Amino acid sequence: MKPPIRLIALVAMLWGSLPVIAELPSATMLANTCAGCHGTNGASVGPASPTIAGISRDYFIQSMLDYQSGKRPSTIMQRIAKGYSEAEIELMAEYFSQQPFAHQAQEHDVKQADFGRRLHKKYCALCHEDGGRHADDDAGILAGQWAAYLRFTMQDFTREEREMENKMKQRLEKLQADHGEQGVEALIHYYASQQ
Amino acid sequence: MSSSVITRRQFLTLTGGVLGAAALGFPRLGLGAKKRVVIVGGGIGGATAAKYITMMDPAIEVTLVEKKQTYHTCFMSNEVLSGVRDITSIEFGYDGLKKRGITVINAEVNAIDPVAKTVTLLGNDTLAYDACIVAPGIDFHWDTLEGYNQQVAEQLPHAWQAGPQTQLLRDQLTAMRDGGTVVIVAPPNPFRCPPGPYERASQIAWYLKNNKPKSKIIILDPKEKFSKMGLFTAGWKRYYGYGTGDSLIEWIGVDEGGEVNRVDAKQRIVYAGGAIKGDVINIIPPQKAGKIAVTADLVNEAGWCPVDQRTFESKNHKDVYVIGDASVAAPMPKSGYAANSQAKVCAAAVVAGLQGNPAPVPSYVNTCYSLITPEDGISVAMVYRLGDDGTITKVEGAGGLTPSDASDAMRKREVEYAYSWFKNITHDSFG
Repeated sequence: MKPPIRLIALVAMLWGSLPVIAELPSATMLANTCAGCHGTNGASVGPASPTIAGISRDYFIQSMLDYQSGKRPSTIMQRIAKGYSEAEIELMAEYFSQQPFAHQAQEHDVKQADFGRRLHKKYCALCHEDGGRHADDDAGILAGQWAAYLRFTMQDFTREEREMENKMKQRLEKLQADHGEQGVEALIHYYASQQ
Repeated sequence: MSSSVITRRQFLTLTGGVLGAAALGFPRLGLGAKKRVVIVGGGIGGATAAKYITMMDPAIEVTLVEKKQTYHTCFMSNEVLSGVRDITSIEFGYDGLKKRGITVINAEVNAIDPVAKTVTLLGNDTLAYDACIVAPGIDFHWDTLEGYNQQVAEQLPHAWQAGPQTQLLRDQLTAMRDGGTVVIVAPPNPFRCPPGPYERASQIAWYLKNNKPKSKIIILDPKEKFSKMGLFTAGWKRYYGYGTGDSLIEWIGVDEGGEVNRVDAKQRIVYAGGAIKGDVINIIPPQKAGKIAVTADLVNEAGWCPVDQRTFESKNHKDVYVIGDASVAAPMPKSGYAANSQAKVCAAAVVAGLQGNPAPVPSYVNTCYSLITPEDGISVAMVYRLGDDGTITKVEGAGGLTPSDASDAMRKREVEYAYSWFKNITHDSFG
């Protein structure tokens, strides 16, 4: 006997809607899973895992989606990002964007930081305003971010393993042409020096 | 603990008629009677649970009972063996938790009474609880290997509970002659830190390669495969001559006679497929849940604690929860990250329960780093959810191992992230 069409339709509808009606973990519950590496409430005590507290909502979501697709290189984040649905990522984004960015003292070279400050002003400040202190929709907070993480990030950009907007690409290339790798390193010392 | 606190607790117990009020749905009003959570065990799981309960509801009175004044993490202890780090760098105290208002009692727990809802300490002081979280870690089966017992472990260290045992093994390695043999007896599944014995071999090999290059490590294993096996053996080939005639590391699996059945501690000989003499012998015994879990009737026949995996409440006793290595939480491994993650899920469930709310939907994660050299790290990660059948389930498509074709630069980054993970997880637990 054929099952009535209406029943099939009903089952199909319920089946299709299951993931939607499934109850999600709370934002805090999800965010807590990150703390083992990124610190309690996303405030990393370093020296390499970035602080994600205070991150912009949009930048968090884009980062996670780019890890999922493999567009953004990583050691472990590509594997971890695949563990969360878009709805869960949005909850985490909301949570971390509301946490205060915790500035922590870290080692830096004062001379290099001073040189970096001038380079930042010339090459980066147009987009990364106020010394990179803001949570931009398309960039992380740079001021006070852990230096090792910034260094990895800049390596990914300069080795063209991570995509960047044309605007940034041009400016970074100009910075490298003018000041070489030392220029990039000076920038990192500058951001690390910002408390 | 000071007796005055007990008196105050007893007073609170006597005035505890507020339970009815809690049931009526305004628990936070509380009328002065605080909800009490007693946590037994101050490792990663117990410390994290204490901290997070206090963060989630500062009105709950949290008491942590731990025998030791300080805790040594097992993770990164293999770097103590290689001399890459000092033992003080894996030692953590409880001042951070005390500053959060958590009462920390350095005492041994004698008994847990799930009916009277009390924890009794050695010396008979008694703590009343509304919820008790048991995080006892592991204990060893001392009686499965002929010639081996707790006293023998003072000569042939296990170093699988970090601290003096770690230092003992390190001292034996530094005292060993060049050309000596280090025997590592790996445990059967399940056990704490599945990649641990193989990271240990890597770290000891690093030490020997740089200090005593004529020496050798033999791993005797009652298993036919092990965690991160492909990545470890590829790393051993690359750095330690694995598979060649003069390899620093030799692995003997169960099929080649790797199962050890007798030890002669005096002669320093282990008997597996054949008799193997070791200058340093590291026996990692078969494991079970920590002793108090047995005393408190929380274990199954296999010696581990079955729990409701949504909340980590014991299947044997109500209002008693078991987290970390002692719990049955497969497919999560018995790891520090897993204990930290489970502690938060459990803390949220306990707090919800005490506030009269249903247990929240859990989310769990695990990340384990292993260091093959100080410049070459590998990892495994997984995200878990509660499956429809109420058990912990891997999220499909998530997690996995470091790709076998990861560049040297990425493997170096894994080391830096491993050190960063170490700083953050210990801060997330004890800080």
